[in-house]
Amino acid sequence: MNQDVGFLAHNELQSLLDVLQGAGYRCIGPMVRDGAIVFDELSSVTALPQGIRDRQRPGEYRLTETDSPRYFAWANGPQALKPLVFAPQESLWSCERDAQGTMRFTITQPDHRPTAVLGVRACDLAALYIHDQHFLQQAYPDPYYLARRQQMLLVAVNCTHPADTCFCASTGDGPQARYGYDLVLTEQDDGFVLEAHSDLGKQQMQALPLQPVTQHQLQQVEADMQQSARVQQRRLPSRNLNQALFANLHHPRWAEVAERCLSCGNCTSVCPTCFCHTSTETPAISGELSIHQREWDSCFTPGHSYIHGLTLRADTAKRYRQWLTHKLGSWHDQYGRSGCVGCGRCVTWCPVGIDITEEAAAICGQPAEQGAST
Amino acid sequence: MSAASGELYLPHEAEIVERIQESPSLITLRLRFTDPAVQARYQFEPGQFNMLYLYGVGEVAISIVSDPRDAQIVDHTIRIVGRVTQGMARLRTGDRIGLRGPYGRGWPMQAAERHDVVVVTGGLGCAPVVSVINYIAQRRERFGHLNIVQGVKHSDDFIWRERFDQWRELPDTTVLLAADQGSALWPWHIGRVTDLFDHLVFDPQQAMVMMCGPEGMMHVVIKHMQEAGIAPSHLWLSMERNMQCALGHCGHCQYGSRFVCKDGPVFCYEQVASLFDVKGF
Ligand SMILES: Cc1cc2nc3c(=O)[nH]c(=O)nc-3n(C[C@H](O)[C@H](O)[C@H](O)COP(=O)(O)OP(=O)(O)OC[C@H]3O[C@@H](n4cnc5c(N)ncnc54)[C@H](O)[C@@H]3O)c2cc1C
Ligand code: SF4
Ligand code: SF4
Ligand code: FES
Repeated sequence: MNQDVGFLAHNELQSLLDVLQGAGYRCIGPMVRDGAIVFDELSSVTALPQGIRDRQRPGEYRLTETDSPRYFAWANGPQALKPLVFAPQESLWSCERDAQGTMRFTITQPDHRPTAVLGVRACDLAALYIHDQHFLQQAYPDPYYLARRQQMLLVAVNCTHPADTCFCASTGDGPQARYGYDLVLTEQDDGFVLEAHSDLGKQQMQALPLQPVTQHQLQQVEADMQQSARVQQRRLPSRNLNQALFANLHHPRWAEVAERCLSCGNCTSVCPTCFCHTSTETPAISGELSIHQREWDSCFTPGHSYIHGLTLRADTAKRYRQWLTHKLGSWHDQYGRSGCVGCGRCVTWCPVGIDITEEAAAICGQPAEQGAST
Repeated sequence: MSAASGELYLPHEAEIVERIQESPSLITLRLRFTDPAVQARYQFEPGQFNMLYLYGVGEVAISIVSDPRDAQIVDHTIRIVGRVTQGMARLRTGDRIGLRGPYGRGWPMQAAERHDVVVVTGGLGCAPVVSVINYIAQRRERFGHLNIVQGVKHSDDFIWRERFDQWRELPDTTVLLAADQGSALWPWHIGRVTDLFDHLVFDPQQAMVMMCGPEGMMHVVIKHMQEAGIAPSHLWLSMERNMQCALGHCGHCQYGSRFVCKDGPVFCYEQVASLFDVKGF
């Protein structure tokens, strides 16, 4: 048996969690809460969303129960990895000041417990890779992000059930996980084809009660992946819209989308690649300590572009244009690829159902959809 | 992670060695790190900026106006506009603030050597180019003709009269001042800054223009300078955007594909020309 591949029966899934916990990892995984699939601490596979299906449409997300034995028969929830590496709010440093006015600055040490995440999709891995570039691979690596990132073990799940809003096949990021993970599961009705892609992953695998994987099971993985790509209806007009978007900065569609857009920023907070954040200061009542924090921000807020006396993007049309031209356009200059991994979250979680693929197509003059049969 | 990268976010304590009230809404704080080791390794270039921290309130980006050769004291001229700067205005000599930096890319001072230099400022936004003028004044023989052009809306907005008077005394230097609206005490031009451009002394083949101020004003200056024959690669400008981190992480200062905090604040016009007059970027 190839030691990098094995079959893990459904009733043995708990052993994966046990092995990871035994190796000192805090396990994070998907579970249902408040009608959505969220990632949180997971100690038992009974908490996984077994049999749950998601129905996603522009502006709509609904979970239904089925009697399927599968744990991962859904596409994604509002968030996966972003909050685990780039915290929604965190302290960066604090300042103590004594009666003489002397200041002492102390870096906040980030929590960096070894963390294993179970159920990571290809789109989320691609987004993580993009965040690594932004936060780490440049002149000033971010120490808070790095501390958490270095301690992560990732168990990916090849996506066999894309949602109606997904278009990762068109961005080239899914549905199959290709890089950036330690282990990957492809679910079938009786269990998982499990593959290791790192030494760390191989190590964990050795302790699992695996069966040899059959040729048929491997062929099924291939077929499932092709099928998942095929069923995706949405697509972006091109993988590189940089020139097309900047050539259309005065397109009437910006004003049209602004008529519907609420500038609520939901799209930016669910997007796994959006990185904007703002700093806040929280002084203690005692007057002797102040904590300097950062928290997620959005280019849809007025404060984002405020410079004294002037808000550069005072209206929604300019904000939506900023978002889209950055995400799908100038991101290429910054990080060599689009900032969109096709997860479809911004489409699902937009309260008015604005669809990024439709807007990109309207502005860049190409059709957003292709038939299911093509 | 190196210890240094963690430090990038962390201010150091600095003492206000001197506080100068330049005008009702403008102060200069002269700062020295309280830790001599930090002071000893602190180096910067003209056009770079620091993040200044007011205890319990927050941080703001402020240009460095002093000369890089004076490693002992770092000067900042601050306009009192909002939450943080109002608090800073209440500080006195001997008080402490936080300082991290320097950040960004400064002016192309080496490339400008032996060239005529035209420094254009509009409104009160002159801090980032004061460092250029000071730098050239200290090394006068290395540069060609120096032109200093300052435009203000109203003559009352004009500050640093003595400084301009001193600069006027520098060899091979032209100082031109304009106010849209003058007053009895305004002996200089009344009208637009650009009206004065005929009086500038420069060789268009090699002059370097360095400007800062409102973008609308810079846009007009760029147009005139290009008409005068100066190449876009010789036009330099300092930009301002909302800044939170100064490290290229927070996204606030994004300008097309660039981050003003680390790719700027000083840009060659060539780099930003395509977006420069598009509102909303
Ligand atoms: C590279 C650079 C250099 C600067 N150099 C100087 C200088 O030498 N002297 C000077 O007086 N001012 C300078 N500024 C502007 C200065 O940073 C703002 O005036 C200051 O942030 C206002 O802060 P506040 O809290 O008092 O005002 P508020 O209006 O209460 O500001 C709230 C927040 O908005 C943001 N903000 C507001 N205005 C600006 C602005 N113009 N630029 C960036 N962020 C802003 C800041 O994040 C600030 O914390 C510079 C700005 C930049 C980007
Ligand atoms: S822009 Fe939308 S579809 Fe693309 S990565 Fe962000 S949330 Fe997902
Ligand atoms: S596009 Fe939708 S989610 Fe994004 S800000 Fe507008 S209304 Fe909110
Ligand atoms: S100030 Fe944060 S990215 Fe420039």
